[in-house]
Amino acid sequence: MNDELDKKSRASEPAAQEALDPVLQQALNDFKASVHAWSEAEFNRPRTMRQIVVRRTWRLAAGWSLAGLLLAGTISGGLYERHENQLRAEAAAQAAAQQRELAAQQARKQEQKEEEILASVDTAVSREVPKALEPLAALSDDADSQQQQQ
Amino acid sequence: MAACTALEPMTIARADEDAAQEFARVVENHRLQIFRFLLASTRDVDLAETLTQECFLKAHRNWGSFRGESSAMTWLMRIAINLQKDHWRNRRLQFWRQTRTNAVDLDEASEWLPSGESSQEQRLLARERVAQVWRAVEELSARQRTVFLLRYVEELELSEIAQTTGLSEGTVKAHLSRALARVRAEMGGQR
Repeated sequence: MNDELDKKSRASEPAAQEALDPVLQQALNDFKASVHAWSEAEFNRPRTMRQIVVRRTWRLAAGWSLAGLLLAGTISGGLYERHENQLRAEAAAQAAAQQRELAAQQARKQEQKEEEILASVDTAVSREVPKALEPLAALSDDADSQQQQQ
Repeated sequence: MAACTALEPMTIARADEDAAQEFARVVENHRLQIFRFLLASTRDVDLAETLTQECFLKAHRNWGSFRGESSAMTWLMRIAINLQKDHWRNRRLQFWRQTRTNAVDLDEASEWLPSGESSQEQRLLARERVAQVWRAVEELSARQRTVFLLRYVEELELSEIAQTTGLSEGTVKAHLSRALARVRAEMGGQR
């Protein structure tokens, strides 16, 4: 590629060392003078190590702080999530226990109710004398009294 | 024989000392030039300083292998160019750092002019010319910019630029011609 460029340059490009027009020459001289002035000013600028160290320390501190924040955020997020999960699990367990208790209470109530009904049915049945047997009962009473008289 | 072996460590120590002194001289002579080239290439003072330090650190590590086939300046400039390339290559990979740059803008860079006795008007005109050249330099490819800066800021010979960049002189000329055409176009001439 360089060879191609080389051939092209020899064939068509004007030589780099051509006589430059005065305006371009002036611009290049000004540019050179400007770069020299800038670099010398920066090169000779009193620069204490403290400045550099402080700047780098700040960058380093900022980087580490950010990393620390991210790490702390991740860890605390995880812990928070875990804590929330625990709370949710506890609440769910409590709710389940309450439900179980409620169901047991209801079951007990139902059982009690059924027992009461059965008991009342039993009492009602035992108290009631069937009317169809009533005359027989009377007869048995009469027979008993006659035997006693004899 | 015994005297010779006794002298050997001293000779080595002396040679090391000489090499260190020579390297210190090289640093003293070329540090500003390397910094200037890197500053003009990046327009970033911090980055230019860092790369200059890295350049001399690398040069110091490899000072023993420098055989003087080219001038020390050419050798150092080549190291600086490679470091700069590595820096931009690494930066491209570090996508999260791409947005952050300390490079000064073109107007700020153009404000630097040597303190002369010229009039206010002349200084304004000079500033405008410098800004035009900066704008043209901004649009150049990395290789064209390197060649342009080495030629018109560091005033290296074409052969030295060729040695520094590893290009042939013809290629250097071609890059220079295109860079100059860009500057001309920026200044309102024909491209």
